[in-house]
Amino acid sequence: MLQDLSQYVLDISENSLKAGASRVEIELCVDEQKDLVSLTVTDNGPGMDEELLSMVVDPFCTTRRERKVGLGIPFLKQAAETCEGFLRIDSGKGEGTKVNVLLRKSHIDCPPMGDVASTVVALMVGWPDRSFVFRYAVDGKTLDLSTDQLLEILEDRNLLVLPEVAVWLRKYLSEQIEKLHMGRK
Amino acid sequence: MPKITSLEDLRKIKEQARDLTAARSGGKVKIIIGMGTCGIAAGAREIMTAVLEELDKRGLRDVVVETTGCIGMCQKEPLLDVIRPGEPRITYGNVRVEDVPMIIAEHVVNGRVVEEKVVGRTE
Repeated sequence: MLQDLSQYVLDISENSLKAGASRVEIELCVDEQKDLVSLTVTDNGPGMDEELLSMVVDPFCTTRRERKVGLGIPFLKQAAETCEGFLRIDSGKGEGTKVNVLLRKSHIDCPPMGDVASTVVALMVGWPDRSFVFRYAVDGKTLDLSTDQLLEILEDRNLLVLPEVAVWLRKYLSEQIEKLHMGRK
Repeated sequence: MPKITSLEDLRKIKEQARDLTAARSGGKVKIIIGMGTCGIAAGAREIMTAVLEELDKRGLRDVVVETTGCIGMCQKEPLLDVIRPGEPRITYGNVRVEDVPMIIAEHVVNGRVVEEKVVGRTE
């Protein structure tokens, strides 16, 4: 099992990228009233046919060569189901993939959100030639950040991987996310 | 109250970076971090954060940080490889956040391999 939800988000996003997606959208929602945490990762990758789709949730049907599958998805499915939630994958060959996870926030086994900012940084620095759209919502208040938005300022993709940009990005996201949580009543 | 980080700060970083990146030379050192499920579970993301912070602190711009998937040494994750131009690829295993400054100072900057953490060497 992974430690927190932000690590799962990194893991399933890595699946998308390794499968060849050029664009990955990550949406994380915390809804206090409905007592829910929702994680959604949508990609424009090659997608999966029904056979592969039925395999990815089963750790024992995994082949070593098949990098698209592994323990990550089964772990996340188990974590979700332990918290009265579910994991759902929508995909079709040539149609991209959408992974959606819902968890009961107050459930004793619901993992903490963790260091979401580091997850975004690891993705953007690790895959500088791909595009990311990130959204974090707490009770309807949202934070949006995308590669395009950063490139509007930086004007050069090569600058995305500079350590000082990464350090700035992590700090910026951490502060903004903290602000969203602080404003919550 | 401490100053809040803003998009304006990114603009400043860009202004400072522009002339310096132009001066970059070809021979870059590469750092590769294993970011498969096994790596993430063992703390690879925290290693990546520590590497980026150390490079920023030291102002090292001619180092490229990359990630890779599972290479089948899951039990030794987190794995971190250092490749200096013209030298063997060194794989460090069971890397902890506190090992990062030493690996960067000794190996990346000074070219001295940190032998006690080495788990693989590829010519």
